[in-house]
Amino acid sequence: MKTIILRTASNYLLPILLLFSIFILLRGHYLPGGGFVGGLIASIAFVLHAFANGLKDTKKLLKFHPGFLMPVGLALAFLSGLLPVIGFDEAFMTGLWMHDPIPVIGSIGTALFFDIGVYIVVQGVTLTIIFTISESA
Amino acid sequence: MLIAILIGFVFALFLAFAGKFLKGKLSILISLIPLGLFIYFLQYIPSISEGKLLVENHQWIPSFGVNLNFRLDGLALLFSLMITGIGTLVFAYTSSYLKNHIYLDRFYAYLLVFMGAMLGLVLSDNLITLFVFWELTSISSFFLIGFNNTNPDSRRSAQTALAVTGIGGLLFLAGALILGNIAGTYQISEMIPLSEMIGQNAHYVLAVALIFGAAFTKSAQFPFHFWLPGAMKAPTPVSTYLHSATMVKAGIYLLFRLSPVLGGQAFWNTTLLIVGAVTMFYAAFHTLFRTDLKGVLAYSTIAALGILTFLIGLGTHEALLAAGVFILVHALYKATLFLMTGAIDLGTKTRDITALSGLRKVMLPIAVAGILAAISNAGIPPSVGFLGKDLIYESTLHFDHSSAIFLTILAVATNVLIAYAGYVAGVKPFIGKLPTGMENVDFPPLLIWLPPVLLAVLGFVFGIFPGLIQESLIKPILTSVGQNASDVHLKLWHGFTPILGLSVLTISLGLLLYFLWKPTKSKEDFIERFERISPKSILENLAILFERGSDLWTRIFQNGYLRNYISVIIIFLVGLVSVTLLKNTTYNIDYSSFSRLTVYEVVTLVIMILSIGFAVFTKSRLAAVAATGVMGYSICLFFVFYSAPDLAMTQFTIDTLTVILFVLVLYKLPKYLKLSDYKTRVKDAVISTAFGGLITILALEVLAQPVNEEISNYYAENSYILAHGKNVVNVILVDFRGTDTMVEISVLTIAAIGVFGLLKLRLKSSERKQK
Repeated sequence: MKTIILRTASNYLLPILLLFSIFILLRGHYLPGGGFVGGLIASIAFVLHAFANGLKDTKKLLKFHPGFLMPVGLALAFLSGLLPVIGFDEAFMTGLWMHDPIPVIGSIGTALFFDIGVYIVVQGVTLTIIFTISESA
Repeated sequence: MLIAILIGFVFALFLAFAGKFLKGKLSILISLIPLGLFIYFLQYIPSISEGKLLVENHQWIPSFGVNLNFRLDGLALLFSLMITGIGTLVFAYTSSYLKNHIYLDRFYAYLLVFMGAMLGLVLSDNLITLFVFWELTSISSFFLIGFNNTNPDSRRSAQTALAVTGIGGLLFLAGALILGNIAGTYQISEMIPLSEMIGQNAHYVLAVALIFGAAFTKSAQFPFHFWLPGAMKAPTPVSTYLHSATMVKAGIYLLFRLSPVLGGQAFWNTTLLIVGAVTMFYAAFHTLFRTDLKGVLAYSTIAALGILTFLIGLGTHEALLAAGVFILVHALYKATLFLMTGAIDLGTKTRDITALSGLRKVMLPIAVAGILAAISNAGIPPSVGFLGKDLIYESTLHFDHSSAIFLTILAVATNVLIAYAGYVAGVKPFIGKLPTGMENVDFPPLLIWLPPVLLAVLGFVFGIFPGLIQESLIKPILTSVGQNASDVHLKLWHGFTPILGLSVLTISLGLLLYFLWKPTKSKEDFIERFERISPKSILENLAILFERGSDLWTRIFQNGYLRNYISVIIIFLVGLVSVTLLKNTTYNIDYSSFSRLTVYEVVTLVIMILSIGFAVFTKSRLAAVAATGVMGYSICLFFVFYSAPDLAMTQFTIDTLTVILFVLVLYKLPKYLKLSDYKTRVKDAVISTAFGGLITILALEVLAQPVNEEISNYYAENSYILAHGKNVVNVILVDFRGTDTMVEISVLTIAAIGVFGLLKLRLKSSERKQK
């Protein structure tokens, strides 16, 4: 499906969709959204790019196998749960929050990092499954 | 105390990395670990004998009452001293016995883990912690028994041991949970005052039966005894350690420890008496037919364990005293005999009793150790064995029941046979004429002969000076199981009593048997013929049957066709749920609670029905997939109508990805083929209609149920206060139920790795074929 229109569009759509997925991720704490949906949208962005330009180009763009995202995300989520245990002598997964919210992003807490972890894992899982299947099918 | 327990595990880990440097001459250094622990526990003797306790508590999962409670009392101290003391000798012995073995470092690592687990087991005051260590001993002993991993027999024995003790472990967990529920605590020391209440509970018998299952498998009681002779395939230091003082005594320890909690009931005493009596006599009788030194020792060990169970079953003050003393006595002489066997095996390369004689000429210290141990085993004064035997007869004779005489006769018969086994193992190899070919047997090195001699001499020191153990070890044991110990006086000479007569009778009958009955190969073959009806082969056949059954099961239900998997799952679910639905539900649909249909709902519904029809009847596979996508999007719309934007968003992206996935696979498949005939299509239609109908009924039923809004209200109210978030769905995901999400993303990762592995590995093998 290498049409010139889709290919040109996808070059612009990829960064916009990725930005959008991050937007969805960040707003999740107050409005509909969150790490899971954000991760799925980001993977759709890459899948769209792969449809337009072929899997090889997308892989080249990614520079590394999406499978590596899974341990990174898991580690981030786990560490954000572990931080209260190590640093503040609280139970595992206790939510910790900074006092003042930061402009644009909003208030920052361990839950945000946990959500980012989910975001990364979901991306890794989806892309690994889709890439593997499309390579071997 | 926690450090003392963990030190074994820590060093085992250390050995895994640095083991290479500790091989060879330095390996003796590792025995400093048990030695240090032995000294550590020795220093508590004065305070424990004064009646003090050492208690250490750490929190683990306090909400379940599962904590690291450790408690050093008399019973735990005796076991700790045996574990570390005999451990020290075994560690030192190993450094010479397995000299230059390529896996010596691993061996020490297993041994250290085992020692740590064993220490944890005897020091735990919490049933669940005890269970964890209980399992760890099973696992580490699996590696120890199967250490000669190139030998298939040895591997099989290790598996058998693991299977038997593993089943026991599961029974223990179940028993511990029931017991914990009855008592409201998992701490054994807190259960003791509740003993009467536990005994009257309806589930008492079940809990006790499960605990018995655990203790009997671990301590090799009939009919679970067969793993123990098999475990003799292990290197001799392992047999010494596992079968004299540690592993097999764990079950006895558990019974001993729980006797103040569960004892005193008829079920407890009768079962233990019968099982113990059967085991001791059965195993003692079997020693007559063994020609392998280790085989003789294995069966006499089972017999000794039977005696201990029997004594705990008697449950009287005297019986518990006898059991406490006999645990120590048995550990001392049995460890000596095993170490002696190892020395003989190392020197002569054989353990066949019929071939061994006159070895005193080549290995005098070993002969001294062996003969001393045999004397202690037979209960000849002034050894500590005499004390032990005396107490056993005292407790059976004074048992307040009409069966006292019968039990005494049984105890005498067993002891005669055990004495015979001791003579055969400890005396026979050393007396008589040295067979030709054994003149040049090397004198054993220091580390091989010193440990057995030390243990054997200790057996006599304790016998001659019973005061040494009376105050420091024996009395605290009785105190720790709630007995009054003030009237305990261990002494060799009681005057001319019936008990002395029984002892003399035992010793002389044992000697007589030894002179009259010679173990031969043909006798061993004779008993082997009964192997077919032994518990061992029955269990093995059961295992084979189970394997075949599961094979058949797998071939029917997991035949590799995904469509069959789905229909099996759905049919099962429909069957199961509809039975309950038909039985217990009254059908009254409350139409008033339904909201009114709107135009756009009707439109979406029509689209849904059309897309289903299209998906079923279309000739193009791609079109069918696209139709299911339309279906998914319509569901998203319904989520939006009923204000669940989060759900709609996720469903929307998921549906997109699903269709893409389908397309990716379909793209490569051949053109649409009609794979299913008319009949299967009808069958599929029936199944799916039934499933759809079931879900509809369920949904209507759920509507009719009163809704509990407490939980959702709690989340809605507290989401901003506690978790600083306004989107309740997301707050639940990342905060309130964050651990669930953590596990879910782990599952996702596993699924992705699974897909990757399945497809890529297959690809690689096909690539290999092409090359």
